[in-house]
Amino acid sequence: MVIAIGFEGSANKLGIGIIKDGVVLSNPRRTYITPPGQGFLPRDTAKHHQDCVLEVLKEALDTAKIDTNDIDIVCYTKGPGMGAPLVSVAVVARTVAQLWKKPLLGVNHCIAHIEMGRLITGAQNPTVLYVSGGNTQVISYSQRRYRIFGETIDIAVGNCLDRFARVLKLSNNPSPGYNIEQMAKRGKKFLELPYVVKGMDVSFSGLLSFIEERANQVLESGEFTPEDLCFSLQETIFAMLIEITERAMAHCGSQEVLIVGGVGCNKRLQEMMGIMADERGAKLFATDERFCIDNGAMIAQAGSEMFRSGQTMAWEDTFCTQRYRTDEVEVTWRD
Amino acid sequence: MAAEGAAERDQMVLLKQGAEAKIYSGTFMGRPAIIKERFSKAYRHPDLDKSLTVQRTKAEVRSIMRCRMIGICTPAVYFVDMERHRIYMEHVAASITVREYIADLERSCSANHVSALRPLAEKIGATVGLMHSHNVIHGDLTTSNMLLSRLPKDGPDAGGDTLDGYRLVLIDFGLGYKEGLAEDKGVDLYVLERAFLSTHPNTEALFSVILEHYKLGYGKGAADVINKLEEIRMRGRKRTMVG
Repeated sequence: MVIAIGFEGSANKLGIGIIKDGVVLSNPRRTYITPPGQGFLPRDTAKHHQDCVLEVLKEALDTAKIDTNDIDIVCYTKGPGMGAPLVSVAVVARTVAQLWKKPLLGVNHCIAHIEMGRLITGAQNPTVLYVSGGNTQVISYSQRRYRIFGETIDIAVGNCLDRFARVLKLSNNPSPGYNIEQMAKRGKKFLELPYVVKGMDVSFSGLLSFIEERANQVLESGEFTPEDLCFSLQETIFAMLIEITERAMAHCGSQEVLIVGGVGCNKRLQEMMGIMADERGAKLFATDERFCIDNGAMIAQAGSEMFRSGQTMAWEDTFCTQRYRTDEVEVTWRD
Repeated sequence: MAAEGAAERDQMVLLKQGAEAKIYSGTFMGRPAIIKERFSKAYRHPDLDKSLTVQRTKAEVRSIMRCRMIGICTPAVYFVDMERHRIYMEHVAASITVREYIADLERSCSANHVSALRPLAEKIGATVGLMHSHNVIHGDLTTSNMLLSRLPKDGPDAGGDTLDGYRLVLIDFGLGYKEGLAEDKGVDLYVLERAFLSTHPNTEALFSVILEHYKLGYGKGAADVINKLEEIRMRGRKRTMVG
């Protein structure tokens, strides 16, 4: 039996979760929300996390109803992510690990998303599309690594959506992507946007510049509505993502596909992926916002797997790093 | 027309369904042919779907023609049916993909498969270099999109520019286009590097052989592309920053 507590704070979400043998006991979360038209900056985000981390920790422990003595392992996000928010949360994990005299494990954020997705959906060996504000990767497991088959060669898909939301001055509550999704449902007219797929990689920066430049002009002329633009943007960038995922599935001969990451809770993306999977006779696995969006339980889950396979981390290795690729981690818990 | 279409379909045998096209074997004017048919993707917006299908069918034929003109082996194009988004092309005889070839070698002589693969890596590098020196970008360089076709022994093409009795044939130019910029060539190489290393783990040494021979095949100007590749690799790492 393994009970793990996980601390996550690599971007604008602060989450602490407790997992006991794959069962989520608690998973509270707070999101730092900025005014419309603005993104979140590292310093302010770190301040947010510092202000509410103890309250969230208390909530996680109270909801889980466990004694801290029963915890086997303390896990935190080692990277990748924004430096200041990462460190703000890691320092709390390091402190409680010493207070409770428990071992500490630093977890790769991307791996945590994948492991949580596998736990919740029961997917065995899926091709993974990991889409969030900072990451866009198509991943498949082979020979003890999660290997990246395709990824963005510039900005992440969530970043592209967030920045377009700023152009339209959409609310960041609960998230810019959610508001784009709601507007897109009412869009009808399709504006053709640059579609950039390079092998199994995608690029969004040209598309973003294009739509940022044209948006005001086509809105003022009344040719397109903001809803049409949200619709066109979603249709185009999601089609790119589905295409590279399908290429990777064809390349690896995979019959399962799993979507993880914050953008992964978009229903239209899930619907498109479902159609693609159906056509290939493959199975789609997706989770909802509780587990798609950054949370503490996923860090605890990946940490439990590492712990069960016998991994330990020396105290001096429990630092944070902004750059930490998915394929750098040796996956000791899978065959 | 309907009867004719049905008769033709009878002769077409589905070989493989890729991500965006179905590959059939059949005949064209009595010759054995491969028919590549791009099909509509239900998940895509119809406007986007139509535009991509037409764009890629055209791009594929154009890039194949350009490659043939500069002496790179590609299947010969017999006929293009824009109505049905079909390309009829030469059936490359006795071929396997480079991916299968590497996997076979890994199985049969796992100890020194890297050195056994050196001639293949040299050939891949030289071919891609030659292609780029003529400003043709493939757009999807993976080991599944390269075929090794066994040459007839004592045939006219035997010896010389061959690889242990095989010739290297590039296929699947759907994402291909013409561009002189080092940036596009660099990205093309980056795509190859990523596909190569993710599909065939622990073959980093082979990719450096590919690059060495890329320079030789390309000639003047290769250094600019290699520098760009370094730059793109750095960019590639950057995206892991925020999660």
